[in-house]
Amino acid sequence: MDKLTLDRRRLFAGTGLLGAGALLAACTSNEPDAAPVASTQAVSSGGNDAAGQEVVIGFSAPAADHGWIGAITTKAEEEAKKYPDVDFQAVEGSNDVNQQISQVETLISRKVNVLVILPFDGNALTEVGIKAMEAGIQVINLDRVFSSPRGARTWIGGDNYGMGAAAGYYLAQQLTAKGVKDPVIAEVQGIADLPLTQDRSKGFEEALATAGFKVSNKVSAQFTVESGQQVTSNLLQAAPKLDGLWNHDDDQGLGVLAAIEQAGRDEFIMVGGAGSKNMMDLIKADSGVMKATVTYPPSMAASAVKLARLVGQKKGMSDLVELGVPASITLTSETITKENVDEYLSLGFES
Amino acid sequence: MSVEQSTAPPVAPGNRPGVLARMRGTEIRNLGLVAVLAVLVVIGAATSENFLTGDNLENILVSSSVIGVVIVGATFVIIGGGIDLSVGAIVALASVWATTLATQSYGPWMMALCALLVGAGAGLINGLLIAYGKLVPFIVTLAMMVTARGLAARIADNRTQLVTEQPIKDLAKSDVLGIPLLVIILAVVAIAGWVLLNRTTFGRRVFAIGGNEEAARLAGIDVRLNTALLYVLSGSCCGIAAIMLLARTTTGSSTHGNLYELDAIAAIIIGGTLLSGGRGTIVGSILGVLVFTVITNIFILNNLATETQNIAKGLIIVAAVLLQRRANRS
Repeated sequence: MDKLTLDRRRLFAGTGLLGAGALLAACTSNEPDAAPVASTQAVSSGGNDAAGQEVVIGFSAPAADHGWIGAITTKAEEEAKKYPDVDFQAVEGSNDVNQQISQVETLISRKVNVLVILPFDGNALTEVGIKAMEAGIQVINLDRVFSSPRGARTWIGGDNYGMGAAAGYYLAQQLTAKGVKDPVIAEVQGIADLPLTQDRSKGFEEALATAGFKVSNKVSAQFTVESGQQVTSNLLQAAPKLDGLWNHDDDQGLGVLAAIEQAGRDEFIMVGGAGSKNMMDLIKADSGVMKATVTYPPSMAASAVKLARLVGQKKGMSDLVELGVPASITLTSETITKENVDEYLSLGFES
Repeated sequence: MSVEQSTAPPVAPGNRPGVLARMRGTEIRNLGLVAVLAVLVVIGAATSENFLTGDNLENILVSSSVIGVVIVGATFVIIGGGIDLSVGAIVALASVWATTLATQSYGPWMMALCALLVGAGAGLINGLLIAYGKLVPFIVTLAMMVTARGLAARIADNRTQLVTEQPIKDLAKSDVLGIPLLVIILAVVAIAGWVLLNRTTFGRRVFAIGGNEEAARLAGIDVRLNTALLYVLSGSCCGIAAIMLLARTTTGSSTHGNLYELDAIAAIIIGGTLLSGGRGTIVGSILGVLVFTVITNIFILNNLATETQNIAKGLIIVAAVLLQRRANRS
């Protein structure tokens, strides 16, 4: 085990950010021989990975009751373990904003150097972010955005609008290529009242509009397999014939697919969201409706921990000429199809 | 007094009243629910051409089947004067336990047995603490709700576990003479529940305990044993529901059965069961579930936002309870 960790560490020293995430995912996945593709070429890291001054990183995220959030927490922990100069202090995940605020306050009073916060609700956690910043603790805001930039030193996260747009463009392009006129397109959202859901839907609608298409049926689930199954079984009754379907979330996607299979439907193409390993396997097999998924990679948590370490050590990002870490980093949402799925398989997370 | 049958007014021989007057209170209430369902069906048919298709009606019945089985057990508990807040969490725990690799490698029967035993076992713990530990049902089942979900998340390691056994997945797609197997399971559980409640000594004891526990004890009923059995029954129903959910979603997950406890209580209340115990029917509870499932279906068929649906459900619960109070007074 020690030898393995050492080897891994040696491999990592010298790979870029993305490469590190990819390898990490490969190590956590259950596929024994998943060869990391397109990530093993050594990129000069400019010595940022070399041991430096000790940094205490506090970490707070929602409860890991969902494949994606679960992957966020494990990826953050595993990234931190790779650096002997990082003391990683994670608090128990919570979906109660009040409890998350108290937990962050505890981390502040423990005087950690840098905080990584994935808020359950960005608006609700902003004040405690500002409190930390004013107490001299640098905050890395992960994914769900604070309502004030004063709450964080740096924001890193996914692109919800871009995710919807990527799904919309893909469907528009596929259906146009097939020569479909007036397609019936359905959308299975996650929790409808979260801003991230609304951004995803907006991107989807606007990208479809470029081809003159619109969403005909929209339902919302709760990010769970059961809710995905339940709303989709009704949705399929509402639309006896479909041309395309976008499901916002690959975790609830297992339920969406179960409903589709039970209804015996296969006349349409389906696009997923987030990039779970289950969905990537299905895309690779290309045996059903599942043709693509748009990424929202949980590896962003590993990146956030790396950024927190750099901020704590007052280092910059060596591929930029700037002296410090930038204030905001938005990850791109990429479209995974049969053609490129092999490159991404190692990044997929288990639902 | 506490027993349902005794609420019927005595009928003088030779003076046969009309059909309505001969019906008991619960039957009138169930008729009211059937009327509500009929109105919903008319609304559904008028607003969507897909509503009255065989596929859609089948979809409504299958959608009701999992929670329906849970509700049969929960109705017993509520008639017996208790409450079970842990049903959703027990469904989750049973589903996760059945999909662990250890059980999946022994095949579908072992998975089903496992789900059943976990459900019954969790119910037994509830029952023992409530009946013999003299703890309040609300507290015990609340504790079970939190613990079982936590345990489910721990066992599943916060992952969704895929069902690998094809026979389990096939459950959701199979039918007998055109009737989906899941609907048949619900029917069997409901009929068994009806017989147990209305045609056995155990059923009469449940009504007696729910109506007046002290009177039941003085009448020589083993209140503790029968109370404990109620929770075992409820837990076992959750185990059956978990097996059905494994088939429906092809997964086991700690998020399964989310908010079932509240959905169950809502359906049971509009089904005419008194939350204070002593009175209620299985038929009413099943009709209650159908009302909610049909509303969800109509909303999605008409592409309406799901938030509004919750407001509609809330209003229906209040209206149903108000109507029941009127029915009880007259």
